[in-house]
Amino acid sequence: MSTADLVDLSLDDRHGRAYWAVADCWNVVRRGLTHYRRQPVLIAWQLGFPIISVLLYGYVFGGAMKSPDGGSVRDFLMPGMFAMTMAFGFMNTAMAVVTDATKGVIDRFRSMPMAPSAVVTGRGVNDLIVACAELTILAATAFAMGWRADTGPLKALAAFALLLLLRFCLIWVGILLGLLVPTPEAAGGLYAVAFPLTMISSVFVPPSTMPDWLGTIAAWNPISSTAAAARELFGNPVASDGSWIQEHSLLMAVVWPVVVTAVFAPLAVRRFQRLSR
Amino acid sequence: MDEYAVSAEGLEKRYGDKRALDGFDLAVRQGTVHGLLGPNGAGKTTAVRALATLLRFDGGRARVAGADVRRDPRQVRRRIGLTGQYAAVDEVLTGRQNLEMFGRLFHLGGRRAALRATELLARFDLVEAGDNGVGTYSGGMRRRLDLAASMILAPDVLFLDEPTTGLDPRSRGEVWDAVRRLVAGGTTVLLTTQYLEEADRLASRITVIDQGRAIADDTPDGLKNRVGGDRIEVVAREAADLPAIAKTVARVADTDPTTDEPERRVHAPVTDRVAALTEVARTLQDERIPVEDIGLRRPSLDDVFLRLTGHGTQTEEAA
Repeated sequence: MSTADLVDLSLDDRHGRAYWAVADCWNVVRRGLTHYRRQPVLIAWQLGFPIISVLLYGYVFGGAMKSPDGGSVRDFLMPGMFAMTMAFGFMNTAMAVVTDATKGVIDRFRSMPMAPSAVVTGRGVNDLIVACAELTILAATAFAMGWRADTGPLKALAAFALLLLLRFCLIWVGILLGLLVPTPEAAGGLYAVAFPLTMISSVFVPPSTMPDWLGTIAAWNPISSTAAAARELFGNPVASDGSWIQEHSLLMAVVWPVVVTAVFAPLAVRRFQRLSR
Repeated sequence: MDEYAVSAEGLEKRYGDKRALDGFDLAVRQGTVHGLLGPNGAGKTTAVRALATLLRFDGGRARVAGADVRRDPRQVRRRIGLTGQYAAVDEVLTGRQNLEMFGRLFHLGGRRAALRATELLARFDLVEAGDNGVGTYSGGMRRRLDLAASMILAPDVLFLDEPTTGLDPRSRGEVWDAVRRLVAGGTTVLLTTQYLEEADRLASRITVIDQGRAIADDTPDGLKNRVGGDRIEVVAREAADLPAIAKTVARVADTDPTTDEPERRVHAPVTDRVAALTEVARTLQDERIPVEDIGLRRPSLDDVFLRLTGHGTQTEEAA
């Protein structure tokens, strides 16, 4: 192939902008997925914390913990673990974005004739695909430990959809943070914030067992709504104390992500556009 | 087609009160390497980012590869390559996977992207390492891969922003060779650097930038003539020997040598560096004149700045 006419060889003019927005997005996704193909342990690292938590809480503390309705503690814990993994996912997004930004990869993309939106959408689609894989592995682990969903496939799928919705809304938070923090090392510090934000929720224990003020915060944590909604849909113990927020977890598991997306998606996109300032 | 591959007139970029670009002018002829020389914070990177469509500028006009940067950035992006200060490649992917990914994003289609990747790996001496992860590459190899990725569409104009910063001398030589081959193929290169030597080796013309403004635009020789070229320098052990040393140096120097008494130093500009050094060393030895030090000094960026601006490269910190 002669190099002189490479520009003319480019398929740029053969398709419209909408086509390229999708095609470029997919090519960015392929790049992210190739990471997992080349480093399969990557997904193990990302799942390390939830799986270890499952083992710790399920076996070490599990004996001392009581399930709210007298059933298995593990049945209560597992949907919480799923929600927590989705919540922690924003760290992976932020880390990937800040690494690309500091390495100049984002600048390279921006200097190329590709659709600029693909940098953001590609990240998002990639992370959702990875989240599906994570949920599959976690659910299989939970199943092996005796966790069961006995409400039928439709409700189980609805539960997984709500979990993915939580992950989706946090992609925007992750992209925004990834563009705001200066270095990957600084992004690592976000764990210090992420950890209590996920712990102060109904992931591990029912908020009713906490001091009143803390329990209220935990109950209103968006992660709690998703965890409680997933428990309800899986037919696992929910441990509602009858307060409004806990009685409407299905509704709030939709409302919270929509609100978070409505706030953070425009902020993330604006931040991305401001890279040219 | 324009005579100039890159032209900028009065580019302005402000960040609050700071003027990163303050009426910056530039004209780069087709098919040449043009050096953009300046210390840290002079505006080199800002200028390159503005010309490469990464940064919106506040005022002025710029054309790159025949397209207006402000009005037609998409057209510019199809005709430029950019290599920034860090090798902007994916560390996890292999060299080949990187080039294929970027090729697809340049809209070559999968098959042609693969062909082009094979071609570029060969051209940049990366055939053997092509299927290894970039994480295992040396600094020089990363840079070459980075250059290869910039060359996927065989761009008319290539921006190289400090391409050898942080590289060891051998890797630096490899990058220089790669740049020379590109220019032989007809690419125009705008190269920013902090090293006068690098600009001298590669560029046929150099623009010196200071505080967001072009303060000189000349050939490397012209620039060195203004600054003074290479100098021979002898430091005497005894102040009493200075006149004799000055006489010896005068025999090889282009002008009368300068004697710096407090430092016991004699220095003068020379043209044939090695011959001058050998001659002076031999004469001093024959006449048994003891010296502390004898050597050649190339003008540094600092010398250029001192001469052109009356201040060194550290003014911003000092101000």
